Amino acid sequence: MTVSVSWYVILGAILFTIGVVGLLVRRNVLIMLMCIELMLNASNLTFVSFARQHQDVGGQADVFFVLVVAAAEVVVGLAIIVSIFRKRLGATADDLSSMKG
Amino acid sequence: MEHAVIFIPIIPLVSALFLISFGKKLGEPLSGWIATLAVGGSFVASVITWIGVLGSHGIDRTFIQHLFTWLPVGSFQVQMAFQADPLSVTMALFVSGVSTLIHLYSIEYMHGDKDFPKFFIYLNLFVASMLILVLGANLLITFLGWEGVGVCSYFLISFWFERPKAATAGKKAMIVNRIADVGFLMAMFLAFQSIGSLNYSNLISAAPHISHTTLTAIVVLAFVGAMGKSAQFPLFGWLADAMEGPTPVSALIHAATMVTAGVFLMVRLSPLLALAPGAAHFITIIGIITAFVAAAAGTSQNDIKKVLAYSTVSQLGYMFIGVGSGAYVAAIFLMVTHAFYKALLFLSAGSVIHGMNDEQDLKAMGALRALMPMTALAFFVGWMAIAGVPPFAGFFSKGDVLLGAYQQNIFIWLAGVITAGLTSYYMGREFCLAFLGKRRWEEKPKVKKAARSSHAAKEVHPHDPGFKMLGPILLLAGLAVIGGLLNLPFASSLKVLEHWLAPSLGIAPTPLHAASSSVQWVLAVVDAIVALGGGYIAFAIWSKKSKHPELEPVFLQSAWYIDATGNAVVAKSGTRLAEISADVIEPVVIDGAVVGVVNIAKFVGVGLHKIASGFVRREALVIAGGTVILLLAVGIRGGW
Repeated sequence: MTVSVSWYVILGAILFTIGVVGLLVRRNVLIMLMCIELMLNASNLTFVSFARQHQDVGGQADVFFVLVVAAAEVVVGLAIIVSIFRKRLGATADDLSSMKG
Repeated sequence: MEHAVIFIPIIPLVSALFLISFGKKLGEPLSGWIATLAVGGSFVASVITWIGVLGSHGIDRTFIQHLFTWLPVGSFQVQMAFQADPLSVTMALFVSGVSTLIHLYSIEYMHGDKDFPKFFIYLNLFVASMLILVLGANLLITFLGWEGVGVCSYFLISFWFERPKAATAGKKAMIVNRIADVGFLMAMFLAFQSIGSLNYSNLISAAPHISHTTLTAIVVLAFVGAMGKSAQFPLFGWLADAMEGPTPVSALIHAATMVTAGVFLMVRLSPLLALAPGAAHFITIIGIITAFVAAAAGTSQNDIKKVLAYSTVSQLGYMFIGVGSGAYVAAIFLMVTHAFYKALLFLSAGSVIHGMNDEQDLKAMGALRALMPMTALAFFVGWMAIAGVPPFAGFFSKGDVLLGAYQQNIFIWLAGVITAGLTSYYMGREFCLAFLGKRRWEEKPKVKKAARSSHAAKEVHPHDPGFKMLGPILLLAGLAVIGGLLNLPFASSLKVLEHWLAPSLGIAPTPLHAASSSVQWVLAVVDAIVALGGGYIAFAIWSKKSKHPELEPVFLQSAWYIDATGNAVVAKSGTRLAEISADVIEPVVIDGAVVGVVNIAKFVGVGLHKIASGFVRREALVIAGGTVILLLAVGIRGGW
């Protein structure tokens, strides 16, 4: 049985959905950050799959951009979280609503 | 030989650039001598060019020196080219000749001024611009010189810019000239649109083939430009105010450069003008109005230089009468002789001002004849020449213009003759007030606020100036006496200037009735009687008493209120417009628009801020929901 491209795409979709649902239902900020990473990597997987299907290296190149952005995002996100934890203990996402308009 | 034409404008230009770099270091009087030598050099170049042009005949006397293509824009090609033909060489000869004398005079006149080298930079640039103007082979080069002359006049009129009046006068000259320059520019646009070239040779050969209306428009627009430079009614106010500049500048502006540019331009375009009789009539009418209005204003001025200023305006009016009547040679003849005697009068007036420690009020002079005999003699010659007393230069040149006017229309001639009487009268009045009568000045020094020259605080001891000032004055006096020799009317062979200029000029439409020689004699006798009569009346009235208020009405002293009218119409309404802009348009319209935009943004923001809950997960849900909806929309549109 050959593993066709559609399997990878389906896997990517499942991972992405897990990420979305996780982001929406969990309140722990660290977990939410991990869910975002999951979504980014799901899209990376989809990129690579389609790049393979179309024999187009462009999709693989995009992955590098996503990786870089993801790394930067993690740096900034973690820094924010660390500074939040310094101010208050055990904050959840729902407690952080000071951006209310 | 005619290749020397290029050197005529280049020498003073290079000298000006040299003095910009080294003038301060060379100081006084060396920088003045260099400037004088440069202009003298361009006179020599003019003479060489003239000899070269004399070597060929008729139409071959037009020599064009191409240097490079200045503006290559598609089919619009403007050459940097200079043209040596009888007209431009005549102009170059008298411009550079008279300017040399004025430069020499300035060395002594400007002695002690703290900006001595700067003055000569400006003078050189001025002369260079004027020479570019007259030698240009197309309208754009002429315009280049035209603007150069304009900017130099601004520098020189407001040379003593610490005096508020001088600074204002400079600005006025600049602005009035810019207004008129619009006419010149429009004329060039129209010429290029209808003919496709700005070269004089092309314009002249194409003139008979373009429509009469276009031709008239080109000429009238060019004349509007000329009205500014040559100070024609109603744009002459700046020339009277230009008296705020140092006297040599006045002499340069009035005699050799600047104001003659307008007349030159019209004569240069005479082949076009000859085909547009409507435009010619317009020019004649403006000319006669200017000549009379300015001469009348000149009878009531009390500033020694302002009389001369209005006299220049009036004489320029005469030149335009000549141009409009088709007497182009007479216009140039009058221009050249006018350059001699007006430079003479200004330099003599400068000598008086110099001797009187910067006093310019005629009512504070008197009895200077014994103290400044040479100046008085020179001024007398100038008076006789400008009045047109035979055999002085003005008699022949003004006679030619009046003859041209007579051949067109007897009323124009009559107005010209009346103005000639006025001319003789106001110059006589000036001569009597300055040199005759009782002494009306003190030897004690008058403390002046803005006196710049070193001799300002000394006692007043009027005296004839030194050789650097007196030499040019006497030379010009000689020229003012014999200038008529250029174009004597007695026999065809004596009309030297007419034969010489003929190839450059258009052929005037045939006169309504050519005057017979007996009529010419009668006209000449009338001219002479009027000139002598005007002078005698002035002598009888003004040589004894210096106050005749009834002969100096206020409306003539303020030059027919033309400046005041311009002020009321243009300046007042302009100020009102500015006030309306400041009080109404700015706060209501502009601020209203700006505040309106702010209010819209504020309103929208207040409405939308409720959406921002601040809960990260709710916003993530909105994003996710939005993405799903978008994907569905794309999918449905894609037929899936």
